[in-house]
Amino acid sequence: MTTLILSQLLNGVQYGVLLFLLAAGLTLVFGIMSFVNLAHGSLYMMGAYFAATAFNHTGSFFLAIVAALGGCVVLGMVLERTAISRLYMRDHLDHVLVTFGLVLFFNEMAQVIWGTQPYFLPVPAWLDSTVDIFGITYPSYRFAIIVAGLLAAVGSHLLIHKTRLGMLIRAGSVNPQMVGALGVNIKMLNALLFGIGAALAGLAGVMAGPILSVQSGMGEPVLITTLVVIVIGGIGSVSGAFYAALIVGIADTMGRAFLPMLLREVMARDIANAAGPAIASMLIYVLMALVLAIRPQGLFAGARK
Amino acid sequence: MKTTNTQANPQTSLQTGRRPWQAGTLVPLALFVLLAAVPLWGLLTDNSFYVAFFARIVIYAIAVAALNLALGYGGLVSLGHALFLGLGAYSVALPAFYGIDNGWVHLLVCLASCGLAGLITGAISLRTSGIGFIMITLAFAQMGYFLFVSLKQYGGDDGTSITLTSKFVGLDMGGVYTVYIVSLVLLALLTWWMARLRVAPFGMVLRGARQNVRRISAVGFPARRYLLVSYVLSAMLCGVAGMLLANLNAFASPSTLSWIVSGDLVVMLVLGGIGTIFGPLLGATAFLGLEEILKIFTDHWLAVFGLVIVFIGLLGKAGIAGFLESAGSRRAKGAPRPAAPGAARKGVEA
Repeated sequence: MTTLILSQLLNGVQYGVLLFLLAAGLTLVFGIMSFVNLAHGSLYMMGAYFAATAFNHTGSFFLAIVAALGGCVVLGMVLERTAISRLYMRDHLDHVLVTFGLVLFFNEMAQVIWGTQPYFLPVPAWLDSTVDIFGITYPSYRFAIIVAGLLAAVGSHLLIHKTRLGMLIRAGSVNPQMVGALGVNIKMLNALLFGIGAALAGLAGVMAGPILSVQSGMGEPVLITTLVVIVIGGIGSVSGAFYAALIVGIADTMGRAFLPMLLREVMARDIANAAGPAIASMLIYVLMALVLAIRPQGLFAGARK
Repeated sequence: MKTTNTQANPQTSLQTGRRPWQAGTLVPLALFVLLAAVPLWGLLTDNSFYVAFFARIVIYAIAVAALNLALGYGGLVSLGHALFLGLGAYSVALPAFYGIDNGWVHLLVCLASCGLAGLITGAISLRTSGIGFIMITLAFAQMGYFLFVSLKQYGGDDGTSITLTSKFVGLDMGGVYTVYIVSLVLLALLTWWMARLRVAPFGMVLRGARQNVRRISAVGFPARRYLLVSYVLSAMLCGVAGMLLANLNAFASPSTLSWIVSGDLVVMLVLGGIGTIFGPLLGATAFLGLEEILKIFTDHWLAVFGLVIVFIGLLGKAGIAGFLESAGSRRAKGAPRPAAPGAARKGVEA
């Protein structure tokens, strides 16, 4: 039983880390440009497709990661320059409209280019084994996701708080005019920030590829879960997104694994079998509603403006 | 309200938003007349396919009119109205599953469930505004989606077909013509009601709250409570559209609650003209019409459609209703002055 709980806990952390990679880019753009990007899930999907294509051609997982990161940075920056930068001054409804259109476009284009069948991205051979942690055996690949995700979290923290680029990004979020007046190309800075967010989404796409199937529309369910993460963590807060991603990841995984079992202890078997999955699938949304009812600004808001 | 400066009398223009017998009124009324002729045309050509297609337009127009109350009048950018459409659909499907075909029971279940869901989700969502509101309404709709997906006894992911359609006194909603006529009458009544509501004190407070919540509160209206009432009312009306849709398709599935449907409703409203009286009908007609036309040319119509939506958003114009209105007033006054894009909906962020 304890090994089951531990391995589910690790699965939860792994899911949470993936959610964080998506949430980090999204919340940065929310916090700094005040922009609602529903197409963030599409960048995740495109990242997975780029990686799968590169892997099928070269057979190298490393090149697949490079393709996903590079492709997503370029795609994100092109999108930012052509469409999204025109919308910063407009209200959120226009953001929703344009990015919703982009979601439909990307989903359909993915089907045009890569077909309707799910694409296959295998686990790389050098990670196709198991590791022993806390006395349980756990797939290396999933463990690698946790490590990579934590590294990305530390990396983005250092980038924002310790580098000159990060300093400019933070300054731009407080007073873009002043930063522009000091001779910094604020438009390029915004595009770069959007590109970084896109790269993190693409990275999440690669890492999820071997676990989930790479297919059109794979970005939307995870996008909406990411929105829940951001709402719980506090809109615009990267550290909040990190804690909230872990909370949501663990709560969702544990809920799905154990809630039906627990319900069977306290109620009739057939009712529990029907209600268990239903309640488990709603768990994170109920969590979000509770957080909002108590702290509408999110659990970890206030660290950043 | 920059739109008012083309009008001769600002007072009347503020109340009606436009003068009678201009393109902005004539075109939608002509559309209503054409829609009223659809059943006759269907009977004459003995082809009910197009009757079902236009029934879909009319039913979506009802849903969009409901959304217009919250989004257009109150400025509440809800990306979760599919939840209420789906609840409406399932309030036909679930009683029918247990052999209840009484339409009044369906209606009662629909209004009660949508009202309650609207009240709970609205009360929580209204604790935030702007971006937060959008994300939370989206998340609640997704929660409803997953709820119905996981209810395996009612078909789960595949949905459930409805063998017993709603029966009101002497009216069986199983027939496509019956659904069509009932929907059209409801749409006409709803359009009339929304036109009245727009200039009624309730509507004025909502429209004021869209522009500036704090000022409305300062004037002495409990703005949040007004917005919540509009959200709940909008939810219940949207549920009725869901009921009609379920009867039309004789089918209810979780895909009605998908967030794409919520997005479609918002696109229809913006396309038609946000906050306008005839915008919902115009938007639903243009949206579903364009969809049908694009389908003729390519299987991948969604890619083209997505780009069209992107351009609509980038242009940020006042929709078809705004276009007709500015075309009409230009002819009447000789003073070209299109409605300022986005000017009327700036308050969403406030």
